[in-house]
Amino acid sequence: MLDTTYLIETPEGSTLELHPAGPVVRSCAWLIDFIIRAIIYSALTYYLSLLNDFGTGLLLISIFLLEWFYPVLFEVYSQGATPGKKLLKIRVLNELGTPVNWNNSLIRNLLRTIDFLPIGYGFGLLTMLSNPTFKRIGDLAAGTIVAYQENTIQRPSLPDTTTSQHLPVPLTFGEQQALLDFAERTFTLTMDRKIELANLLTPLTHQTDHTAIVTLYQFAQGLLGKNPPIE
Amino acid sequence: MKQSTFENLYQNNWEQLETWLNHLDHHYFKNPTELAKFPKLYRQTCQHLALARDRHYTPHLVAHLNQLVLRGHQHLYATRPNLIYQIVQFILTDFPYWIHRHNSLIGLSCLLFFAPLLLSFWATQTHEEWLHFLMTEKQLEDLRTLYSPQSTFARHTQEDFLMFGHYIKNNISIGFQTFAGGLLWGLGSTFFLIFNGLIIGAIAGHLTQIGYSNTFYPFVIGHSSLELLAIVLSGAAGLKLGYALLNPGRLYRLQALRQAASEAIYLMYGAIFLFLLAALIEAFWSANHLISPEIKYTVGTALWMICLTYVLLLRPHRAT
Repeated sequence: MLDTTYLIETPEGSTLELHPAGPVVRSCAWLIDFIIRAIIYSALTYYLSLLNDFGTGLLLISIFLLEWFYPVLFEVYSQGATPGKKLLKIRVLNELGTPVNWNNSLIRNLLRTIDFLPIGYGFGLLTMLSNPTFKRIGDLAAGTIVAYQENTIQRPSLPDTTTSQHLPVPLTFGEQQALLDFAERTFTLTMDRKIELANLLTPLTHQTDHTAIVTLYQFAQGLLGKNPPIE
Repeated sequence: MKQSTFENLYQNNWEQLETWLNHLDHHYFKNPTELAKFPKLYRQTCQHLALARDRHYTPHLVAHLNQLVLRGHQHLYATRPNLIYQIVQFILTDFPYWIHRHNSLIGLSCLLFFAPLLLSFWATQTHEEWLHFLMTEKQLEDLRTLYSPQSTFARHTQEDFLMFGHYIKNNISIGFQTFAGGLLWGLGSTFFLIFNGLIIGAIAGHLTQIGYSNTFYPFVIGHSSLELLAIVLSGAAGLKLGYALLNPGRLYRLQALRQAASEAIYLMYGAIFLFLLAALIEAFWSANHLISPEIKYTVGTALWMICLTYVLLLRPHRAT
């Protein structure tokens, strides 16, 4: 499989799927955060300079906090995501799929210094490309993983057919799945493509074009056990 | 069971779980007795996910349940500790415990820091050129003006705060770099320890030699104990990472590193705490010219005693 799915077994015995985020999306998130920080810097520099030495002191402390603790605070208190990560729908998790705590977050962000070496996250990138879950050195040491945040899934309802049909011949499991997939994905396909796909199954439906599509829907409904056919 | 029957049976549970998760995401709890139902609901959904997978229901249903379980998992197994309580407990028991656990590494770190410091101090007394090897003439000039007995610089409170910010940014960043450098097989930490030792030794040596002792030592005595201890601890934390990579024992190098990092981070918390205290003292106490040197020496010596007692004598068991 070319997928980068990462599986976690929960204490309840079920398995969770995570999709690790790769270098490109993470660099983009970093860039967004960088811009946000740059804006905060310039705003602070402007306003705090009005306060003379006291302001400069505050500015130095803010720079320190932004530099080292900006990611830590967001990861711990904002569901594992800095604003940049949140925008790109990725977040930092523990390897066990739980939210990161102070220890993990601090480790991965302090060791960022090494990831950054020799220039522009060189070591970090090399490390990310040499393990299957795209971890940089800080992630490896802290036991954290950066994964895509699951979108809220709108479950599609199958096309309404009022009636359903039993399959004329028994299909293998994979074939049944393909049929269901076709029915679930129907809203994302163009009519031409639907017809093209449905016509492949004429030996099963004994029909072509629009009627073939409807028959396939009815088979799918039958497989799910909806609108059972009147015998 | 056909998928539609399954969905009809449990749709309500899933919707209820989802409402719960939305509430929990926003830290909004309706009432505690209701909350007690959450684990049960979550575990039922775990079972439904397993069933849905096993019975090969449609990918969308499986994905939906996977998402519910993932979110539930994160709430059920999250740790939301009481921060204040943790800090107090850390200072009283955990920090001394971690120091004690790593005493040999801390000893090594001390050696790597104080040996160059003393050597450098001695070198400035006997070899004129040593100082110029380490620092530029401009830096030395700045130092001499800063600690000159003639300079009657009465600092503003505003300026104190500026220096406070400077110490925080500068010193804690050095501590963090010293720690992170340990990942390079301990070389980075070793370098920062030796380098900082040499510089500090040279500065102290030079100011002593030109007779600025009466301004320099009252200034540094107050915060030196905390600051030097913090650097040594950052170094020890870094060395721990390096040691895990060099000698992982019976673990994989990666596992050894992870274990080392999870322990070393406690030394870093301690170091951050000490750096903060040191910055406070350095900015608002050490620099204060109204306090007489005698009082500064007394308080400074007391702080050294407290620090040494804390590091050497406290042997608490870690609360489990």
